[in-house]
Amino acid sequence: MSRSTQRLHLPVNNEEDTVSSSRIPVGAGQGRPKPPGARPVRRAAAVVAAVMCASVLGGCGGSDSSDTDSGGPEKSQDRGPITLATGKDTTGTLQGQLDRWNKQHPDQKVTLVELPESADQQRQQFIQNAQTKSGTYSVLNLDPIWVAEFAANQWIDELPAKEFPLDRMIPSVVKTGEYFGKQYAVPFNTNAGLLFYRQDLLDRIGAQPPTTWDELKQDCVKVRKLPEGKGVDCYAGQFDKYEGLTVNFAEAVASAGGSVVDDKGKATVDTEAAKKGLQFLADGFKDGTIPQQASTYKEEDGRRAFQAGKLLFHRQWPYQWALANAKDGSSKVAGKFGVAALPGLDGPGKSSLGGLDLAISKFAKNKATALDFIKFFSSEANARTNLKVTSAAPPYTGLYDDPALRKQFPYLATLKESLDTATPRPVVVHYGDATAAIQESAAAALSGSKSVDEALADMQKNLSAAIAAK
Amino acid sequence: MRKTVASRPARSSRRAGTAGLAAALLSPTLLVLVLVIGYPVVAALRLSFQVSSESIDPHTGFKVTATSYGAENYTSVFSDDRLLRPWWNTTSFALASVTLEVLIGVSMALVMHRAFRGRALVRAAVLVPWAIPTAISGMLWKWIFNSQGVANEILGAQVLWSSDGLQAWLSVVIADTWKTAPFIGLLVLAGLQIIPGELYEAARVDGASPWRVFWRITLPLVRPALVVAVLFRLLDVLRMFDLPYVLVGPRKHSVETLSMIAFDEMTNLRFGTAAAYATVLFLYVAVVALAFVKLFGADLIGRGTGSET
Repeated sequence: MSRSTQRLHLPVNNEEDTVSSSRIPVGAGQGRPKPPGARPVRRAAAVVAAVMCASVLGGCGGSDSSDTDSGGPEKSQDRGPITLATGKDTTGTLQGQLDRWNKQHPDQKVTLVELPESADQQRQQFIQNAQTKSGTYSVLNLDPIWVAEFAANQWIDELPAKEFPLDRMIPSVVKTGEYFGKQYAVPFNTNAGLLFYRQDLLDRIGAQPPTTWDELKQDCVKVRKLPEGKGVDCYAGQFDKYEGLTVNFAEAVASAGGSVVDDKGKATVDTEAAKKGLQFLADGFKDGTIPQQASTYKEEDGRRAFQAGKLLFHRQWPYQWALANAKDGSSKVAGKFGVAALPGLDGPGKSSLGGLDLAISKFAKNKATALDFIKFFSSEANARTNLKVTSAAPPYTGLYDDPALRKQFPYLATLKESLDTATPRPVVVHYGDATAAIQESAAAALSGSKSVDEALADMQKNLSAAIAAK
Repeated sequence: MRKTVASRPARSSRRAGTAGLAAALLSPTLLVLVLVIGYPVVAALRLSFQVSSESIDPHTGFKVTATSYGAENYTSVFSDDRLLRPWWNTTSFALASVTLEVLIGVSMALVMHRAFRGRALVRAAVLVPWAIPTAISGMLWKWIFNSQGVANEILGAQVLWSSDGLQAWLSVVIADTWKTAPFIGLLVLAGLQIIPGELYEAARVDGASPWRVFWRITLPLVRPALVVAVLFRLLDVLRMFDLPYVLVGPRKHSVETLSMIAFDEMTNLRFGTAAAYATVLFLYVAVVALAFVKLFGADLIGRGTGSET
């Protein structure tokens, strides 16, 4: 989910940030070339022309860019300027990375096209672009959950998997770019959930971070008896009715040994494991392990509660690490917390995967350049830079063992552990319907308006319908 | 007699000439209207009858879409309670918030109409909510209604406003009333200011009570302005989208309106059903507007419907 990934960009090394952000020229308008000869005179005509030109980037001269039979990018010999369409660059570091490419390839410049920050709006723009068969966006920075939809609609090209160092990446992360056994996208960065815990309070009861849900509950009971534990709630995640709920539900199911959708693409939420997963969350709300207000929490609400010292355990993306450690007084728990893998039913749990994947638009021009650029942009060297300046989790296994990086980001080892076992969210072409079906039933179970059994039976039915695709 | 017969053809030909000129002068406007209003409406209608069925090719995984025309989108919209819930939300928002807005708006107007120190300041201040874009005010109220927000602080309770339920519905009504009561207030104030002062003087001489003055003089005379204001607000609320979407969020049953459902269908690429929902909403709004105008006689085209009714 790119919401989480963008959040991950927030804790940035400030100096780098300001330097490179000042280099960013303009916003999204950059991607579109001005129609030649647009003068104030006959402005209306120029506007119409601009709209038309925008749909076939640079195609005003008559060349047909939306040639759907141009073949995959590996066959293309076309080189020239391209664009990178991505969600709003909250880090201000992207242009710097592009500048390095542009310096080496002056005749194949990459222009940054910034899309809105919200994942939903990004998806809409990508889809509009694809439906008009526009070549405005060459390289797409996609949320992994969209890959199936974009591949099934043939909006993106298959990529030559052999030309990428996929074997050096975390296998579960590589899988997010696959559809029907083919690689349609390559990971740019990744993301997984972690259990943030109050080290100081656990130390007081002499406990290690919990690896199971039972341990988690026992720790809470003990902490509540402490004078310092007064007013501290036990556990929270992202339980509002939005994408975060799908993530948290999928994690609970996976952590109980189940799956939401199996390898054959069949919905499997009517299993015993799925029931145990959802039961943990529903019981949590009932017995107060999870505070009632957590049913309205998104990432930032939970982060504020954790930073205010009101939560003992918090399931969160890694971006919280830097913010909760801020020494400027905004966090009451700076230096007092630790990070562990998510707990599960009988042992360590499994996280859902976030992140961003790079793909090439079917309707793009200069696909050879686009392919080369993806190789550069998703390279290990670039991932290292990206981690250093934005703390975005890299897809490369090797970077997690790098001593220098581990020193700078102490949570890397835990994050790697979490990523190794992480599961992609269900690969469904109609992901929007699938996630709606999951949220619908999960929310009903958490609020207690439906029993866990009833909710899962409904979910199984609606999820199967969403997968079957009308 | 001869004179009238002779003058008749001349007058009618002159009238024909004027009509021709008027048509010629208006035609560019009409053309633009047809292009920017007529075409989208027709296109949406056409789309709402376009039924597409999709399947996934089992070998390549690619989507195969087949399109035909039929009324399936409407039957799916009208089946189950898919329409009823958002329809009821839309309607109940309209009833509740417009009623509140009229009460508060009229009181605001009465206050602003009085001559008192700092009147200009009050008038300007009252308009501030109206000047803020709805999405922004949605964000503001989202913070107020946050579980750790000001509203709960003041109430001293732990109300989960943004979770599904009556409280979420209420939060939207509150935010909408806050935002648009000034609009009604402003229009009513404009109506109040054209009421001649002599009427009030006469009433005072006759010894009418303030309540009677309001009921017999102010309200009837301000009615044309008020009816137009209410009509505008009604149409606005019936197609409400941004406030519940930003304030509470999508897929929350208690606040999901018809526009939100149409939007949701569209983002999931079911353009046919989205258009069907939009068409149903369009018809509903048209019916409500027509009924309202018939009932209260809103003076929309400046003909001056009799305030004697």
